[in-house]
Amino acid sequence: MSTIAPKFRLGYFIKSLLDNIFWIIILLTLIGIPAIQVALFFIDLPVIDGELLTPFLALTWLADPSRTLPIVKTLMQTDFFKIAVFPGFGFAALLAAGTIFIERKLLAKLQLRVGPFYCGKIEGILQLMGDGLKLISKEIIIPAKADKPIFWVAPLLFVGTAAAFIALIPVSPGWVIADLDVGLLAFFAIIGFFPIITVLSSWSANSKFPFIGGIRALHQMVSFEIPLILSLLGIVILTGSLNLSEIVESQYNFPWIIFMPIGAIVFFIAMLAELERIPFDLPEAESEIVAGWLTEFSGMMYGLVQLGSYLKLYAFAALFVVLFLGGWNGPMIIPQFPQEIITDGIELGPISVTIPGLPLFTPEMLNGTFWFTIKTVSVIFFILIPRGVFPRIRIDLLLHIGWYKLIGLAFVNIFISLSLLYAGVLGPGGMML
Amino acid sequence: MISKLPPGIKVEQKGDNDKIMTLNVGPQHPGSGHMRIIVKIDGDYIVSCDPDPGYVHRGEEKMAEYRNYITNIPHLERPVIHDSCNILYPYCLGVEEILGIEVPERAKYVRVIASELNRCVYTLYWLAIYGIFLGHSTMFMWPAGDRELLIDLLEKLSGARVTHAYFVPGGVRNDMPSNFEDVCLRQINYFEKRIKQYDSIFYSNPILKSRTINTGVLRQNDAIRLGSTGSVLRASGIDFDLRKKEPYDVYDNLDFQTNVLKSGDSYARSKIPWLDMLESCKIIRNALEKIPKSGSVRVKLKPNPKAGNVETYKRVESGRGSLGMYIISNGKPEPYRVKISVGSFRNLICLPYLLKGEKLGNMPAVYWSLNYWPVEADR
Repeated sequence: MSTIAPKFRLGYFIKSLLDNIFWIIILLTLIGIPAIQVALFFIDLPVIDGELLTPFLALTWLADPSRTLPIVKTLMQTDFFKIAVFPGFGFAALLAAGTIFIERKLLAKLQLRVGPFYCGKIEGILQLMGDGLKLISKEIIIPAKADKPIFWVAPLLFVGTAAAFIALIPVSPGWVIADLDVGLLAFFAIIGFFPIITVLSSWSANSKFPFIGGIRALHQMVSFEIPLILSLLGIVILTGSLNLSEIVESQYNFPWIIFMPIGAIVFFIAMLAELERIPFDLPEAESEIVAGWLTEFSGMMYGLVQLGSYLKLYAFAALFVVLFLGGWNGPMIIPQFPQEIITDGIELGPISVTIPGLPLFTPEMLNGTFWFTIKTVSVIFFILIPRGVFPRIRIDLLLHIGWYKLIGLAFVNIFISLSLLYAGVLGPGGMML
Repeated sequence: MISKLPPGIKVEQKGDNDKIMTLNVGPQHPGSGHMRIIVKIDGDYIVSCDPDPGYVHRGEEKMAEYRNYITNIPHLERPVIHDSCNILYPYCLGVEEILGIEVPERAKYVRVIASELNRCVYTLYWLAIYGIFLGHSTMFMWPAGDRELLIDLLEKLSGARVTHAYFVPGGVRNDMPSNFEDVCLRQINYFEKRIKQYDSIFYSNPILKSRTINTGVLRQNDAIRLGSTGSVLRASGIDFDLRKKEPYDVYDNLDFQTNVLKSGDSYARSKIPWLDMLESCKIIRNALEKIPKSGSVRVKLKPNPKAGNVETYKRVESGRGSLGMYIISNGKPEPYRVKISVGSFRNLICLPYLLKGEKLGNMPAVYWSLNYWPVEADR
């Protein structure tokens, strides 16, 4: 009989948690606390404001929100936080990791199997960490005749370009790393880098299969960039702006997908091709050319390329949301922060504590992030679905779709938006009524 | 073969040409199996293609000369462990003829049921790999999962999941379990419902049609000239099925029809085995109705049976086409020679003709549609 995965039992899960807590307490009390005491015996404690800074005092400082919250709030206003945590790399990497997990489970459900199950207690949720550890611990093998500097730098460039892409995405009002006036042009510039990196890496590997894969990727990306760009011209005509934040604000009443469904479809198909997703995963067609331009990558170099491609997937989905689905706009569902907490402080039994620095996030920002995330995840869902349904397309049919059909549809979309503009229905800034 | 090539592309280019790139597809390649295809490409067009089998040669024919007629059974099924009943079928028929054994009626029906189940198991495995060749991962998982149903049936019948060693000269090794008929009928009904769904996910898929229709077209006279058999021949419009043309055991009592498609392209070649599976379900149901309810299933042989100076050739319709065995006896307990003639190798011969002038992207679609099993071709 076939192996059937055991069912998840809450009792086992709670038991394993209790086991872990038990061992942590035992190890801390037996080893950790004596070790700290021995260390403290030899350390001269500093004196601040005439007070000896004992570990106990340091702990009270750390736990005092009136001291820590302002520091956290200042940190959150810095560019470093925006780039590294939110809305930059950390947020994107979290969504990308979630995407990988959802993709594997979703595909497994489509194909009547279980998917990742054993790693982590709940439905294999730690599988990604396991895979990452495996990739890090693997040896990196480079072909003997490869052009080593370029070969080494290609995965890093790929991740870097994908991360630069993320910098353009406005997540919620004011929360964008680079709020450029030419945001859409910058996006076109960044997606122009991906074919170059692909060709560089495949050429420098000095191997046949990566070379064919790289050339295929070049053809595919170049021929689909044109409909991709043309499909967005309608939005630029109607909004009169290239700034992504302004494009989002112009969709306050209605998203652009209502008026430009053809443009949205063209953008979505071209996006699938740019992302090398099935049915357009020709550069990685394993039955023809092994793994395409990824053939010679090993260990964490492969991991970096995968990370980059999932970051790219998140960024394209986010761009679709920003351009066609109204970005952060949505009904207000987060309640307003109570003003008394700022003015009067919090009543904690007999004492009242005033905490400066609250609230950390405005409700508008939380609401915007919520709607943005919901929309992005649903777009990612639609990007993942074709993988379970379609086989791979052939390169000549792919180019035929790109050059003959999508470009024509993109022009139809431009004419629709132009006629809307000249009929006086819509115009720069939204509905002209 | 493609009749009209784009300008500037010539097949059969001689000499050292910088434009031509040689690709070794296999033997360590996700898309080749245990064999190698040496493909020469000019841009995206294949100018020549040289299939290079032989990586899983095991010398089955020579091994058969050192074992007696009974101990030959387990190793002769090794070339196609997924289709082990069908590869033992001609051997058992041949040995029965040269030893002069009459097989009981019930054993004949059990053999037909087992061989049709095994044909479905093989075809599902083949179809799963065809799915992964075309990048359709769902089509890889579904047949691989549905195969378990039939494997469970065969396990009930013979005790083993894949290498059954179920057919013996003189009948089958053991009788069916008591509840087998009910279980088999239930599983087969469900299985038929399942494989009908493949039509919507695979055979009606527009991308699949665009990739396989009119690629690797094997014309009717070419199919005869190159000696192809089985599903490849029937996809080219020639109604040739050994179960109908040379009925063995009880196939002439059963009610079924052969599937023939006219177009001869990869799509037709990939669809014929699927239609055959639906037909197999009918055959199994029919055989379960007509099977004698009781009786012996095996004629006991002497410990070391000997035949005279006789020779025989028997062939059956396996999952990959006609599968024949030529057995020569010289009066000793061991056969003097066992020559296995398989459909896989005959179909592989078509590959260089079909791929010439095709695009590289068509290579997997054409290659695996030939219903070729590398291990069987090497023996």
